[in-house]
Amino acid sequence: MIKLEGVTKSYGGFTAVDDVSFTAQPGRVTGFLGPNGAGKSTSMRIMVGLTHPDRGSATIGGHKYVDIPNPGRHVGVLLDASAQHAGRTGREVLAVTALTMGLPDSRVDEMLELVGLTETESKRRVRNYSLGMRQRLGIASAFMADPSVLILDEPANGLDPAGIHWMRGLLRSYAERGGTVLLSSHLLHEVEMIADDMVLIGRGRIVAQGTKAELLQTQGTFVRAEHPQKLAAALAEAGITAAASGDGLRTESEPVEVGRAAAAAGVVLAELRPAEGAGLEELFLQLTADDAREDINQGALS
Amino acid sequence: MTATTFAPDDTLDISQTPRTPMSRLVRVELRKMWDTRAGLWLLIAIGAITALVLLIQIWVGAAQDLHLTFHSFLTSMSIPMGILLPVLGIMSVTSEWGQRTALVTFTLEPHRSRTIMAKLACSVLLATGAVVLGLLLGLLGNLLFAAVNGGAPVWGVPVTEVLGFFLLQLLGLLTGFTFGMVLINTAAAIVLYFVYSFVLPGLFEWGAQTIGWFHDARPWFDFNFAQAPLADASMTGKDWAHLAVGGLIWLVVPLAVGLRRVLRAEVK
Repeated sequence: MIKLEGVTKSYGGFTAVDDVSFTAQPGRVTGFLGPNGAGKSTSMRIMVGLTHPDRGSATIGGHKYVDIPNPGRHVGVLLDASAQHAGRTGREVLAVTALTMGLPDSRVDEMLELVGLTETESKRRVRNYSLGMRQRLGIASAFMADPSVLILDEPANGLDPAGIHWMRGLLRSYAERGGTVLLSSHLLHEVEMIADDMVLIGRGRIVAQGTKAELLQTQGTFVRAEHPQKLAAALAEAGITAAASGDGLRTESEPVEVGRAAAAAGVVLAELRPAEGAGLEELFLQLTADDAREDINQGALS
Repeated sequence: MTATTFAPDDTLDISQTPRTPMSRLVRVELRKMWDTRAGLWLLIAIGAITALVLLIQIWVGAAQDLHLTFHSFLTSMSIPMGILLPVLGIMSVTSEWGQRTALVTFTLEPHRSRTIMAKLACSVLLATGAVVLGLLLGLLGNLLFAAVNGGAPVWGVPVTEVLGFFLLQLLGLLTGFTFGMVLINTAAAIVLYFVYSFVLPGLFEWGAQTIGWFHDARPWFDFNFAQAPLADASMTGKDWAHLAVGGLIWLVVPLAVGLRRVLRAEVK
């Protein structure tokens, strides 16, 4: 439903988005994951025509966003929950949205109820809203016309755990009705909780994409022993290559093979499990750690 | 929440969706002018200050036994309105950027020129509203003055003068709008507007008195100066030409530059 093909956008010498291609399917929640400054927001602004790409195309349901008449009716967009006039009340923000889309005022009350903003809260000005409340207001705007596509930039940012749980339920049932959801986040566990599909972006480039199941698939084994050196030796003997991972070892082999090798050498194991999701997590950590600031921190510590 | 399900296919059927009509965009922009505290108080201030000027005029007029007519009231009211309406024009454009609502506005209507057109239409409507309010207040003031001072109220304001009053307010609002479009910053646009309407005329006056050719050329590029004959409805053919050229320099060209900028600017 949402389709990006070879989208590239540079600012001066800096390439914010570099040859990005992916699709977000109807009936699924697609998580757009990457560290801050990886190009998520730029990609999303390109999808809704606020930024023009240097190359490539972005379409929603086969149309360029700008060609969709009264686009709010079809595509619910939340790009920045804080981009609201601080002097407007929450209710008024929604009323203006409803008026622009040509929807009755009654829709405002329905949306307030949907996102759990009370009557009193809705009459307060947005300047007095917490980030979580602004997110709820933004989600209310996005859902206003019951569109079939949602594009949400960091919607869980500022929500408390209960709020994230609520949003997960909301987006799940929306996707079950056949809606298309693309949501971005810089937190792996957020996306893990909510998304069916994942697109990983780092430094403007897509580094991994697939279903959550694929990406979080068991990849090898994590093992920890009473005496690490004895374990390393036992594994080497059995022809299993292993790398240090935390206070244990990681291998590409199955847990049963690792267990067998340890048993044969009489090594006492403290932990033996499939290295679930570690591949994605390590990839993500690597992306984040590539950030220069992390290097500086590590330099200062060593 | 309606529990509709969406078509499972990969394309979006947009054939049944009409584009947002212009009239609705104008209604949205009008609403946005008064639904914030800043906007509402600016509108209230325009009405209140104009009424206050009127009351002071009646009081002074009665105390000094002046000869005040409907015309006098209209003239004095155009001063506070001339100062405050342009600020309204500025804010209608710049608040979108200062408060970052442009992100939402231009997402809901990706054809930005339509939003700008709606804002312009809104300015014309507000200028009309201001003139109607001004006429009503002037009417009240004139009746009140006659009642206080004893004697019959003097009316006799030609239609051309009312039109001139309207044009003055409209040009003021549009000038503010233009400055807002060019600078996209409330404070900078207001400062520029006040320099333009209070400092520049003084400089031009000084130039006109000291340099011969400047004196002759002034009506063509001093837009404030060119508007003066509008106030007393003494516009001649040449005055209209002055107004047109001044308008080209101060309204049309900057508006085109500002429009180009707003249409292309990346909204963040």
